[in-house]
Amino acid sequence: MSNDPFQPWEDPNATPLIRFENVTKRFGGFTAVDNLTLDIYEKEFFALLGASGCGKTTLMRMLAGFERPTEGRITLAGQDISSVPVNKRDINMMFQSYALFPHLTVADNIAFGLKRSDMPKSEIAGRVEEMLDMVQLSQFAKRKPHQISGGQRQRVALARSLAKNPKVLLLDEPLAALDKKLRQETQFELMDIQEKLGTTFMIVTHDQEEAMTVASRVAVMNAGQIKQIATPDAIYERPNSTYVADFIGEVNLITGKITSDTEKTCEIAWDGGMITAQPRTKLAKGTEVCFAVRPEKIAISAKKPNAANAIQGKVHDIAYLGNISTYYVEVAPGQIIKAQLANDRRLSRRSFTWEDPVWLSWTDTAGIVLTE
Amino acid sequence: MRRAFIISIPYLWLIALFLIPFGIVFKLALSDMAISIPPYTPTLDISGGWAGFKDFLSQLDMENFIWLKEDNLYWKAYLSSVQIAFVSTLLTLLIGFPMAYGMAQAPKEWQATLMMLIILPFWTSFLIRIYAWMGILSNEGFLNQFLLWTGIIGAPLQIINTNLAVYIGIIYTYLPFMVLPIYATLEKLDPSYLEAAEDLGCSRTQAFWAVTAPLSKPGVVAGCFLVFIPVVGEFVIPSLLGGSRTLMIGKVLWDEFFSNRDWPVASAVAVILLLILVIPIILFQKQQERAQEAET
Repeated sequence: MSNDPFQPWEDPNATPLIRFENVTKRFGGFTAVDNLTLDIYEKEFFALLGASGCGKTTLMRMLAGFERPTEGRITLAGQDISSVPVNKRDINMMFQSYALFPHLTVADNIAFGLKRSDMPKSEIAGRVEEMLDMVQLSQFAKRKPHQISGGQRQRVALARSLAKNPKVLLLDEPLAALDKKLRQETQFELMDIQEKLGTTFMIVTHDQEEAMTVASRVAVMNAGQIKQIATPDAIYERPNSTYVADFIGEVNLITGKITSDTEKTCEIAWDGGMITAQPRTKLAKGTEVCFAVRPEKIAISAKKPNAANAIQGKVHDIAYLGNISTYYVEVAPGQIIKAQLANDRRLSRRSFTWEDPVWLSWTDTAGIVLTE
Repeated sequence: MRRAFIISIPYLWLIALFLIPFGIVFKLALSDMAISIPPYTPTLDISGGWAGFKDFLSQLDMENFIWLKEDNLYWKAYLSSVQIAFVSTLLTLLIGFPMAYGMAQAPKEWQATLMMLIILPFWTSFLIRIYAWMGILSNEGFLNQFLLWTGIIGAPLQIINTNLAVYIGIIYTYLPFMVLPIYATLEKLDPSYLEAAEDLGCSRTQAFWAVTAPLSKPGVVAGCFLVFIPVVGEFVIPSLLGGSRTLMIGKVLWDEFFSNRDWPVASAVAVILLLILVIPIILFQKQQERAQEAET
């Protein structure tokens, strides 16, 4: 464990590198980004996560300079860059399609930006060599983009966008075109490179696993607005709304009403009975709430366990996923709760099967009470 | 067997429609002019048998080709044709590229209409369109009348029957052949290439020269060949719009055939013309192959 965790967003004295200040972008009648304010700090690996059409790409393209905000302003290192043209911004972008120039070799692709910078000609070759080394493609320098594999192309695109040593690197769905195995390897490579260079990375993705793996902070976007910005674990464990809870991973969302309002715990009445939980703030009696609990935090047993929350039901369906199994348990007519068990033994006989009566249980801190 | 049959069809087609006619023309070029029907000798008489065939062969000679070399009319005409073709290809490119670029940049819903406008002239007979240009460019034509009416000129300009009129006719006729292939490559161009170039520090103009221009090369080359090759042998435009001083090999060929009725010399002219054009045609084929390889 590092003694000094990297958390500039917790430091009130830290100045952000990038600031979106009340930025709105409209295309005709459609609002892609809606009055959005966002701070990104130096050396961060920041992920914008959202379904397609949520405005995340527009946000990134405004930072790159391809789109201008309709309202609000964007600053980079304290300077308003709203009117700075694309080619004058100290920001580079790695495109989803990679956009490698097909008529140029790998080395010439990497040198493309350097040749148009104020770098002396004599140093360009060395810098290209350095970038090729970084992505381990030195022996492919003379090849054309169509002569190398998809994974190699991705690395050339990365090297090209980092060659000019930008303040910020934007990655637009950088791994979407790779297959799953390669994608996971590349995620770690990306993190290594980011850590080594200390460049601020901003990644746009719809793949939550990818965002959670690589990012220091994740912003979940929906309909042009940011729903929550937090570290990956906070996003997962402490979502601030049912939208975020539902968007990230699997979750049981149970709607009910508060029936007691003691300081620390609360009781929630719902169709399937009562739930004991710990709300973050004191909630008044009768408040409509949504209780969110992740399936892996729910235990399954045959006998009634001694837990804060226990509820009986019947196994409705089982999804075997290899490492885990998800049990769909019907606890009340039409009310299904998902519970996950790790398949920690090979060839183990399943303790429960379809139609078995089972008990589901979880502690009072396992879930989260949401009012949004 | 079936396979061989299928493969042989295009070859039979080529043999029947290109190789055999070429053989006939080549034989004519080796013959001599005669006042008879047909207007040349020798003619092959199968009834003569092997000896007759040998006699027939012995009468063929290269005389006409030597004649082409000696009379400077012919090589001047070839040279002038190639020159006119070269200049008009260049002019067509200069006009056609911006048109194709504009079309590719236009909103998607407009592109089909613009394409239609480019193709539209083909719906009218080529000959009629050239006659229309005669009407426009002649001394009493629309252009001169308009210019006289506006007062820009005091006397009608001599445009018809000059090389200028030939250039106008050629550019007008062949522009679609330049615009369409260039448009096809530009339209396929991924706009993210340009964004990437700008992102890496290019201005719009620099990005055009660094990315758009080299990537549109296949279309430009195709367009240039599609214009150059037919223009070298062009006959209708120079004979209708050009004057007596417009020297093009197509016109010479026509005169040789129909005015002089010298089929053998005309055939020799045609054979040489073909040889001249074979070079750019082979180059064009090579380029197409390379373009296809690059795509796969």
